[in-house]
Amino acid sequence: MSAASDKAGEGMFPQEVDLERVLDERGFTPEIAEIDLDQAKTGSVGREPAPVPEPGEVEVPEKLRREIERAMAKYPEVKSASIPALWAVQREYGWCSPEGIHQAAAVLGVTPGYLQSVATFYDLFHTEPTGEHQVLVCTNISCWLRGADEMLQEMCEQAGTAPGETSEDGKLFVRGFECLGACDLAPMASIDGEYFGPLEPGEGAEAIAQLCAGEKVLPKRRLEDRGAAGGKRAGADRRTSSHPMNKTKAKPRAKKTGKA
Amino acid sequence: MPPTKTKTEKTTETRILFRNIDEPGLSKISTYKRLGGYKSLVKAYTEMTPEDLLAELEASDLRGRGGAGFSMGKKASFLPRGDMDKYLCCNADESEPGTFKDRELMQKNPHQLIEGMVIAARAAGANRCFIYIRGEYVLQADTLDRAVAEAYEAGYLGEDVCGTGEQVELVVHRGAGAYICGEETALLDSLEGKRGNPRLKPPFPAVEGLYGGPTLINNVETLSNLPHIVASGAEWFRSFGTEQSPGTKVVSVSGDVAKPGNYEIELGVPVRGIIDDLAGGASGKAKLKCFFPGGSSSPVLTVEEGMDLPYSFEAMADAGSMLGSGSIIVCDEETSVVELALRVARFYHHESCGKCTPCREGTNWTVKMLERLSHGEATPIDLETIVSVQGNITGNCLCVLGDSMAAPVSALVAKYRPEFDQAISMGGVNGHATAGNGHGGDALPDVAWPLGAGSAG
Repeated sequence: MSAASDKAGEGMFPQEVDLERVLDERGFTPEIAEIDLDQAKTGSVGREPAPVPEPGEVEVPEKLRREIERAMAKYPEVKSASIPALWAVQREYGWCSPEGIHQAAAVLGVTPGYLQSVATFYDLFHTEPTGEHQVLVCTNISCWLRGADEMLQEMCEQAGTAPGETSEDGKLFVRGFECLGACDLAPMASIDGEYFGPLEPGEGAEAIAQLCAGEKVLPKRRLEDRGAAGGKRAGADRRTSSHPMNKTKAKPRAKKTGKA
Repeated sequence: MPPTKTKTEKTTETRILFRNIDEPGLSKISTYKRLGGYKSLVKAYTEMTPEDLLAELEASDLRGRGGAGFSMGKKASFLPRGDMDKYLCCNADESEPGTFKDRELMQKNPHQLIEGMVIAARAAGANRCFIYIRGEYVLQADTLDRAVAEAYEAGYLGEDVCGTGEQVELVVHRGAGAYICGEETALLDSLEGKRGNPRLKPPFPAVEGLYGGPTLINNVETLSNLPHIVASGAEWFRSFGTEQSPGTKVVSVSGDVAKPGNYEIELGVPVRGIIDDLAGGASGKAKLKCFFPGGSSSPVLTVEEGMDLPYSFEAMADAGSMLGSGSIIVCDEETSVVELALRVARFYHHESCGKCTPCREGTNWTVKMLERLSHGEATPIDLETIVSVQGNITGNCLCVLGDSMAAPVSALVAKYRPEFDQAISMGGVNGHATAGNGHGGDALPDVAWPLGAGSAG
């Protein structure tokens, strides 16, 4: 729980910040955040981090509780279920809301501050409300070389939002992302967790339009349907025929190999 | 290092792990078993002792495919013997820019990995296994979940593996977006439910790893090799590749090539063969300029330096770079090296966990200085400072994330110094405009790094 206690303490909130508004924007109430507004405004919070919630006192949606408990059973130590629990919270609420974190903390038996510290570490957890649809555009080297910056711009323009922001109707969240591990699809995007690419100019806008219309996104660009780059019959080698996995295969083509 | 093949000999794939890769239904246990799958697991549990297995793995000289290239058998042998809780973690947090081999292996052939893990568990005496897969790989994690359930059903996992009374449990653990969790000790912290910060070593994970117990950590591709080594033997395995780099390697080729993708090659084939024969050579009209031989953390090699080298751990090391994760990122002549360095630095800056000062601050300042260079606001002192900052990061942190920026940035500055000097004297890269194909200036200077400086993972 050290991470939480490190953060609390004096001068946590600069005086010019309208704390009530900040809390409201993030879905907090002063009660949930356990902040004494008058005290906070003087620059000194002066309180201990929130303790482990009493399990009986926190109402947790049944589905969320079940998911977290199922995760807890998988690990020798309960804390290992922190990330699965945060995923469950995000599925339930659309983001890692303070309310959700509080509930997960009650089930896990850790402090909310601890879970918050974990949630803020990982890029895929949202600690602020976010769009209904998540569009992550890879802008790392290989995608950049093939036009990722333009793709991100195209998608943002179509969505009417800036990178890293949510559209006004709350439907779309578009951001540039670090390497998504799909450089063979460059430029590519992960849309609601599914990979699409390689994207031709115009297809980014098309994808956004399809998302908004509730249609299937770019059915021809799904990673799931792609074969290996070398084709089906590449690379048979006589020496591999001793392996049982080869027995049902067609006659391998002989191949000369060179060794250093 | 002389070329290993004459120019007329075309490089082709040698598929072991990728055999049957596009067989319909391979991710199902029925198809995998029809093609001979799980025979090695049965052999390992019914005909071989853990000592036999370990000896076979050491004799195969299989080197880790995740980046460091350490002998897998040796690593497994470091775990203490005896009756205690021991762990096996599969590192499937594949996040090194340019790397996408594990994604394809897990998505299309998950049982090959599971079989390899259960075999490795026997060799290491581990009874609890985890696959730490990056959170972005949703399809692959779902596929693994299904495959693990099938393997439990079939008795290859659980309390009584193949009726031998041995217990092996396997859990697929999804990360949530943090490159640093691919570093083995950060992976352990993350798996324990913490922020993914690297640990001080020693103690090494083999002695004190997950939950304080002895832990073996291996990459997806490394473990996927095991069923084949058990089936056909160490000697057979060593008939592929070179003396010091035995076996095959799934190489991810990307960037300015006509056919980016994963190609499984025998280690030691010429780089030119991989780039030209397999990946189709340059994708555009421009000639090729340079390439990263092993992901973005490997120092770039110019085409003149690297194209005719054999692609092996030793040859890449001799050339002052590394084979790393086996990911070749190719850049053509239109690529601005200053922008390339900036793109590399931004990644490591974003992914620095912030624990060690040289990395946290060094990546931050390197990005700022490279941005100045790119925007035409730099002075010659900036370039000197970039070079000295890299030197101050290297070797001074708990893990090698900072070094992973320092090495390629230093190499880019050293090898393409005139381009950096030009960015200073000419007022930026292409006058800070975008080149026709987007390789040039920074098209979106405000490309979102919404979590800002020092943000984790």
